[in-house]
Amino acid sequence: MTSTPALHQNSAEQQELLHNIVDSLKDQEGALIPILQAAQDSLGFLSTESLKTISKLLNMPYSEISGVVSFYSYFTTMPRGRYTIRVCLGTACYVRGGKQLLEELKKILQIEVGETTEDKLFSLEVGRCFGACGLAPVLMINDEIHQRVKPTKLAALLAPYKSENDSEATDESPKISQEDAQ
Amino acid sequence: MAYRSYILVCGGTGCESSHADKIYQNLKNEIEANKLSEQVQVIKTGCFGFCEQGPIVKILPENTFYVQVKPEDAKELVDEHIIKGRPVERLIYSASDDKNRKSVIAEEKDISFYQKQYRIVLRNCGMIDPEVIEEYIARDGYAALEKVLFDMKPEQVIDELKKAGIRGRGGAGFPTWMKWNFTKGATNSETKYVVCNADEGDPGAYMDRSTLEGDPHSVLEAMTIAGYTVGAQKGFIYIRAEYPLAISRLKIAIQQAKDMGLLGDNILGTDFSFDIEIRLGAGAFVCGEETALLASIEGKRGMPIPRPPFPATHGLWKKPTVINNVETYANIPMIILKGGDWFASIGTETSKGTKVFALTGKIKNSGLIEVPMGITLREIIYDIGGGIPNGRKFKAAQSGGPSGGVITEEFLDTPIDYENLAKLGSIMGSGGLIVMDEDDCMLDIAKFYLDFTVDESCGKCAPCRIGGKQLYGLLDKISQGNGELDDINKMEDISLAMQRASLCGLGQTAPNPVASTLRYFKDEYLEHITDKKCSAGVCKDLLQFNILKDKCVGCTVCARKCPVNAISGERKQPHEIDQNACIKCGECYEACKFQAITRG
Repeated sequence: MTSTPALHQNSAEQQELLHNIVDSLKDQEGALIPILQAAQDSLGFLSTESLKTISKLLNMPYSEISGVVSFYSYFTTMPRGRYTIRVCLGTACYVRGGKQLLEELKKILQIEVGETTEDKLFSLEVGRCFGACGLAPVLMINDEIHQRVKPTKLAALLAPYKSENDSEATDESPKISQEDAQ
Repeated sequence: MAYRSYILVCGGTGCESSHADKIYQNLKNEIEANKLSEQVQVIKTGCFGFCEQGPIVKILPENTFYVQVKPEDAKELVDEHIIKGRPVERLIYSASDDKNRKSVIAEEKDISFYQKQYRIVLRNCGMIDPEVIEEYIARDGYAALEKVLFDMKPEQVIDELKKAGIRGRGGAGFPTWMKWNFTKGATNSETKYVVCNADEGDPGAYMDRSTLEGDPHSVLEAMTIAGYTVGAQKGFIYIRAEYPLAISRLKIAIQQAKDMGLLGDNILGTDFSFDIEIRLGAGAFVCGEETALLASIEGKRGMPIPRPPFPATHGLWKKPTVINNVETYANIPMIILKGGDWFASIGTETSKGTKVFALTGKIKNSGLIEVPMGITLREIIYDIGGGIPNGRKFKAAQSGGPSGGVITEEFLDTPIDYENLAKLGSIMGSGGLIVMDEDDCMLDIAKFYLDFTVDESCGKCAPCRIGGKQLYGLLDKISQGNGELDDINKMEDISLAMQRASLCGLGQTAPNPVASTLRYFKDEYLEHITDKKCSAGVCKDLLQFNILKDKCVGCTVCARKCPVNAISGERKQPHEIDQNACIKCGECYEACKFQAITRG
């Protein structure tokens, strides 16, 4: 997931986008989940309006679609921050201090898991293993994995994301060298 | 060799997160700048397995094994190694910790991490560029498919799997040949499906991810062989959306195989047609359970249904479906090429072949290893893994993730196979192997896994939904110091009910971490309950930090480190901790140079 492009809610543009997604995918069997994934990837999150549109286009009850959305943790019905921080709490990261990382992040960002900071910059999530266990503990900021992170270095790790947002908003995540993270 | 040298750069997820991509680019640029593109090829491969030492760069034909390479090292590697023929010693794996005790170990085969490994599944990982089908073919890729299509009847394929004795690598260990045979014999429908379960959800396990990233064609080839054997025309790979690199490599591989006539209509000019589609998981651990996975492919909530009927006859859209795990498939081409007898010669009486483990946790050499069945845990932890870091003592190893259990020191010499692990109260599982030391609290570990399964329970059946929650509640109560002795009996009762009455594997095995830690570490539970103590120092509510007045020299370091200013005292006078203000973070305990702070 790259940074959230949650613009144009309920606009004509969004309707057209959903139409295109549904049209291109609806013919495959079991199309609902791929459609929802594509919709969320383009819109950032699945609003009630988006789900209603999909429901109409697929001629499928809203309740059924909502049931699928609420079942899978990949889907979100709330707008996310510009950067989603996911702290890995897989077993390897857990025994190497993932929990302490999460606690520290909650303190720094002043939010709980699943919430977004007021400035809409960071959302905090928990991950279950990114497959980088050899480098535990790890956290992901959007698509970028940061390895062997220490709680004391978190503020320094986040600083470039904050400052980058202050100067100019671009879609590129700032590149951070490994040393910064350690 | 078409080139005089090959530079292999690890392109697995671990190394990529340490900027392996930049290393690859810099190496390519250096080679081009020196006009060596005709002589030296830079290749991005799959995972080498030695993740602890990543990013890894290997140079052929010398086989020099460079570790912890940084992007800025590219120039030196090319100038020194490639142009002047002098290895860059500072980047070669330094073996001060290695059991072999050589000062510098240049080659992979001399590194003890690799010595006891036997690679079948990972045969191509770290050897080939996974995005180039020709490299797979050059290492006998698709030769098994050719052999099957032209020289073997479906029955013969099944016979070969039977001879090999391969069992499902996803966890339960069901004989693969039987699954294929049931689906092949199913007469309720002409349409049949082949499904690959790549919904690797166990926390601490990444074998399937690395296999798909490093050698995607081996899985495609095996699925096609399965299609021919059971009479299916369509395959699905169900893979976690959290694995973007594996997904993109699979997509490339599928396209290349189609372009070469190895997938799609009339494969290799025969009447047999087979196609493979990728479906992305959406973050539900229960979808690793086969019936839930099939429901998810159908576009529904991923909830399990009771078996029988089994997917072999009533699977995807109620059609006969053979469903295997990534690692199982990756073994198949080698079984076909080298024969079932060869495969059966590796391993133990009941468990044949090898197993890939993700060795992580409190271990010196974290990484991905493939070992013959029957190896002991001691060999894995001490010979391959290099032992426990920081001079700590081994406490337990956890296998099988949230469905598994712990193995303690007294069983370090038990040969690892499906049956032995079951006897010890754990399971083979998909291959996560997490090592824990004396600083890990077993009750906390059980709580960690229960938290996971409660979170991931689909909620359909009561034993799992309610039982898990209650079990977690009891563990939480004990960890806060409010436990009573009767809680242990309650936990045992709930565990039994969950094991017997839950609908699917998730609920049936969810109590395993509790049952297993209770079996081997009952003392630790009792300590929490009766003494209100956590000697591993993990359960915060039971911790108290105190300053020993006779040892404290009043250096003020602890007071300055304390994030909540709970420590007071004059300089050069013994300090004191305000227990009401203390948040038990342990900063003072770590910071004190005079061992003046106690934890207990």
